[in-house]
Amino acid sequence: MYHKSQGYRIFSVFNHILLIVVALSCFLPLLHLLAQSFSSKAAVNGGLVSFWPIEFNTDAYVKTFNNRNFMGSMWISIVRTVLGTLIGMFVITTAGYALSKDFRGRNALMWIFVFTMLFSGGLIPSYILISELGLKDTIWALVLPGAFGAYNLILIMNFFKTIPKALEEAAFIDGASFFVIFTRIYLPLSLPGLATIGLFIMVGHWNSWFDGLLYMSTTEKYPLASFLQTVVVQNSAQNVALSPSEAAALSEQSIKAAQIFISTVPIIAVYPFLQKYFVKGIVLGAVKE
Amino acid sequence: MFVLIFSYGPMVGLVMAFQDYKPWLGMTGSRWIGLDNFERIFQYEEATQAIVNTLIIAVIKIVVGIIVPIVMAILLNEIRLAGLKKSIQTLVYLPHFLSWVTIAGIMIDILGLDGGINRIITGWFGSEPIFFLGDPNLFRPTVIVSDLWKNFGFGMIVYLATIAGIDPSFYEASEIDGANRWQQIWHVTLPSMLPMIIVIATLSLGGILDAGFDQIFNLYNPLVYSTGDIIDTYVYRSSLLNGQYGFGTAVGLFKSGISLILIVISYRIAYKFANYKIF
Repeated sequence: MYHKSQGYRIFSVFNHILLIVVALSCFLPLLHLLAQSFSSKAAVNGGLVSFWPIEFNTDAYVKTFNNRNFMGSMWISIVRTVLGTLIGMFVITTAGYALSKDFRGRNALMWIFVFTMLFSGGLIPSYILISELGLKDTIWALVLPGAFGAYNLILIMNFFKTIPKALEEAAFIDGASFFVIFTRIYLPLSLPGLATIGLFIMVGHWNSWFDGLLYMSTTEKYPLASFLQTVVVQNSAQNVALSPSEAAALSEQSIKAAQIFISTVPIIAVYPFLQKYFVKGIVLGAVKE
Repeated sequence: MFVLIFSYGPMVGLVMAFQDYKPWLGMTGSRWIGLDNFERIFQYEEATQAIVNTLIIAVIKIVVGIIVPIVMAILLNEIRLAGLKKSIQTLVYLPHFLSWVTIAGIMIDILGLDGGINRIITGWFGSEPIFFLGDPNLFRPTVIVSDLWKNFGFGMIVYLATIAGIDPSFYEASEIDGANRWQQIWHVTLPSMLPMIIVIATLSLGGILDAGFDQIFNLYNPLVYSTGDIIDTYVYRSSLLNGQYGFGTAVGLFKSGISLILIVISYRIAYKFANYKIF
């Protein structure tokens, strides 16, 4: 038996160590961030904080939750995520249902959709379009352009295709309309698929930052991810919003860490659900006969 | 409807690529200059540099992005403790769902001159601090490693599923024939994964001009333009910041045109060799 051989045991020990180190590396940066957000200025600026807070305090969080720009951006992010997910799911499921059937012109329609995955007008034309439509500086600029994802459409269509035709035929005989069949048979039966795609769309909206930067002209209208981009990457001191007296007590890095951490909380909160479904969803989408 | 407006709408705007576009003249009023914008792509040093950078970064990302998940999936499969295996999986998938803004925020902090990594380097080895994000020689490796860190776990999923689907009798038979674990991996596991590897490798060909705008935009700075500026960031700067709308659109069209051709070719190959169809 190979498990018993000397060589395999040595390999196994190294393998365990390697994988545990790799797994920790995926998680420790977040822990470091959390520790910084709870630590005192002296400890953070002195680089003493590793993975445990030093001189524990919650000032950075108090400050962040009192920052009106931050909270405003968070609200915009919540609205766009909810709205974007609802609209996106509606468009994709209805289109997916129709396209899971055979009808004249289906293939042509499918190619029109798939082509959007392969080719796009690019940055400037999209920007001009949004401006011309008068969507600039409105929430719709963040919600509508991405509502129709061809990749998600293909995933959901494949889910619908696995539902036995006999169910639909039986419902027809009982006098059900397409709408009833869609809402009472197809949607409930493909719940895992819907959950996967819904969660993907949610995470996508929450994390999306570039459209906010592009289509919103003032920082007050930025969603949280774009706001964070100005704080973290562009280093905008204005959005950290520390008065001189506060700056004496609070490290800028603590504020940044707190802001980054708060913005990842929703992701971490849905992560267990995500994980439950996405493995299945990915595998179904990729491995097909 | 959505598709027509938001996906095909911008394509109308592609005519700008052939114009000397001025916002105040609009698309109908701007001067028609034919292929001049495309010629300028190859005349501007910055533009050609961006194309070269894109190719280098994207190709390395694709190669390591295929090899590492395969190796990790095989290694993870060797861990017998179900609980440990599950915990490792849970942790390594996580970074995929964080946005590049978040990760850039963490990286800028820990890779900075007085950040955590440099404290370890100067403290333990006594050498000079390393400026990962500001040194043109180190920017590409930093980008590639951090991208790998973010996405390898997610890339593993498909391979793990493939390994789990291998018929156990293959392993039993090879064991009776006296194969050791290494030989089993080489002669049973890898060949069983091969169709999936071919599909994923071919399909990633379409991304050869995609070096990761979200990542680079959040990590780069003027110090590393020489090695880190990619097509997408160049389009952003030349058009939105410098107002060369027509030229920016032309560079973008150049990119999506080549990508489209590559994707069509790779789908053909995937279909031919692995019988893979997208829909």
